[in-house]
Amino acid sequence: MASEVEETLKRIEGQRGVVGTVVCNADGIPIRSSLDGVATAQYARLLRKLTVMAKSAVRDIDPQNDLTFLRLRSQKCEIMVGLENEFLVIVIQNLHQ
Amino acid sequence: MPHCLQCINLIMEIVHVYVRRRGDFGRQSHFSDRPAELLVDIGPDPPLADGFIHRDPRDVATQSAQEMSEHQVNTERFESESRGINHVEGGWPKDVNPQEMEQTIRFRKKVEKDENYVTSVLQLGSVMENCIKQNNATDIYQDYSEDEEAADEVQEPPAAKTVNVFRDPNEVKRTVTGLSWHPDGNRKLAGAYSCLEFQKASKDMSFDSYIWDIENPNRPELTLKPVSPLVCLEYNPKDCHTLAGGCYNGQIAFWDTRRGSQPVELSSVEQSHRDPVYKLIWMQSKTGTDAFSASTDGQVLWWDMRRLSEPTERLVLDLSREGSLDAALGASALEFEATMPTKFMVGTEQGLVLSCNRKAKSPAEKIVCTFDGHHGPVYALQRNPFFPKNFLTVGDWTARIWSEDIKESSIMWTRYQTSYLMDACWSPVRPAVFFTVKMDGVLDVWDVLFKQNEPTLSIKVCDEGLYSLRLQESGRLLACGSRLGGASLLELGPSLSTLQRNEKSLVAAMFERETKREKILEARQRELRLKERSRSEQSREDDGAKEADGQEDPEELIARAEADFFSAIDAEIKRRQKEEDKHRVGGEEEEEEEEEERAFQFEKVLKTQQCCCFYFCHFFS
Repeated sequence: MASEVEETLKRIEGQRGVVGTVVCNADGIPIRSSLDGVATAQYARLLRKLTVMAKSAVRDIDPQNDLTFLRLRSQKCEIMVGLENEFLVIVIQNLHQ
Repeated sequence: MPHCLQCINLIMEIVHVYVRRRGDFGRQSHFSDRPAELLVDIGPDPPLADGFIHRDPRDVATQSAQEMSEHQVNTERFESESRGINHVEGGWPKDVNPQEMEQTIRFRKKVEKDENYVTSVLQLGSVMENCIKQNNATDIYQDYSEDEEAADEVQEPPAAKTVNVFRDPNEVKRTVTGLSWHPDGNRKLAGAYSCLEFQKASKDMSFDSYIWDIENPNRPELTLKPVSPLVCLEYNPKDCHTLAGGCYNGQIAFWDTRRGSQPVELSSVEQSHRDPVYKLIWMQSKTGTDAFSASTDGQVLWWDMRRLSEPTERLVLDLSREGSLDAALGASALEFEATMPTKFMVGTEQGLVLSCNRKAKSPAEKIVCTFDGHHGPVYALQRNPFFPKNFLTVGDWTARIWSEDIKESSIMWTRYQTSYLMDACWSPVRPAVFFTVKMDGVLDVWDVLFKQNEPTLSIKVCDEGLYSLRLQESGRLLACGSRLGGASLLELGPSLSTLQRNEKSLVAAMFERETKREKILEARQRELRLKERSRSEQSREDDGAKEADGQEDPEELIARAEADFFSAIDAEIKRRQKEEDKHRVGGEEEEEEEEEERAFQFEKVLKTQQCCCFYFCHFFS
């Protein structure tokens, strides 16, 4: 099972434009990452906070609802955050222009 | 028993005795109870009731709403500051030390073995891949409507609104006497703070001037600490880190914002101006360090910022071309246009505008011509950025537009305003628009194509007077400084900051028309004067022949005039007397006498006036 996980993540990282991936848990601790230590810590910490707020926003509007995916597009790249079971998978992709 | 108060002098016998009854002092009150006593009893009087009507039903209004009151509260200005804490890495459980690699690795391995983890990541992996491929396929945020042309703008009425106010942080407020925008990017505004009222500057007035970041009105970005308050301050257009300022004591100071608040260089006191430096302008030069300054001591000095110990050139604004400081005119405004680097203009305290040529051979020829139009000091002087031949001046209560060709008068001018105009400038994007600020705190926007006798827009920026004004290069933002140290930042509406269709040609036509009108008027004046002169010359020739007869002529004339005059007065008096005799009989003789006296005095006054007139005529002819 662990190898499947590895495989999946490797496949994602191999896609065109992907800069890196970070997997972190509910406490914002990065479990696995393809970026260096400092960047990993930064992404994990900041995006954890953001997803918590986004999740509470969604649930405030409709308590039955829940946040599943968050996409943050900026001038230079797109940050995609997938949420499942308190785990976060963060992928940073460069825009292709 | 009466008690006595005796004033007894120990040495001598009784001098005086004050006697007062104890009862008169104010006896202590003894209260006692007493049954009620009926004093008056007025019973009902039935006959009186007939004068009243029983009213049924009666309208009584009641409101069963909740009682509420309105209260307004304005809080004190809330100063906020942004602070951040750097959270390095967190969330680790207590038993794991984040610094220790082993422990963290162990923790991570443990989580990776978790069932939950595996399923989640696998699930998310597929979702994520989808999105990534999507991104790679097309740009979903592409702008498809770029090609459509912008619809014709609706003509909005001219408007401007205050965006921010930058207040002087010191206790003792000083006037904002100079403003300068940062040349690059326009995000910073430098303000020169000083007190220009003679001897009103208090001892604890601070000398600092500030550079503000327009996004943060709470705190100035940089403080500049000169040796004496700055009257004017300018960014170097070539190097956006350097500024030059003119001080109240006449010195020039040069700052580099990268090197802190103290001036990098300061001109020597002996070689600088002797009065506050009212204006300092950077010049276009290869080295980018040349500037020139003007002050009310009558001098215009050129400086090289690298060597401020003495000015490179000196010009004394003496109209008699002698270069004497005593006869010099004090300068209160300066103008320089980069497209005409050898010419510059100086506005003086006496209301004259001098046009000068820097490259003249001798100092006497430096002052080329003068324009006389204002009754008071010229506080602002600027050429129109689109039509450099026309320039705007502000002084006394009017703003005037001049053309370089017409020296006698301005080609266009505003009405006399109700309060003093302190500063003015053209809009950098619209040739027909200029702005003025007044002592009553009002900013006027004048659009000569729209309305000529009134400002197009008048905004009351603050209660105290406005002293300085500067527009940003883009033409949208405007900063004005007030007497109590508040620099207000206003944003102009789109109609005032975008070039209108045909504006340039219309304005050019207008200026030409006005110039032509003035030229025609001037030509006519000249004609009339010539005619007068030739006529007077002719009459002088005739007079010359007559004068041979003798000096008596004018005196004879005077004598004749006097005789005529007195006879007229006498006739009047007699007429009045006759009238009074008709109306009144006796008793009012005093009045008559009074009237006569009055008439006599009137006579005397007129007589002296007449003599003066005649003597004047004599001199003139």
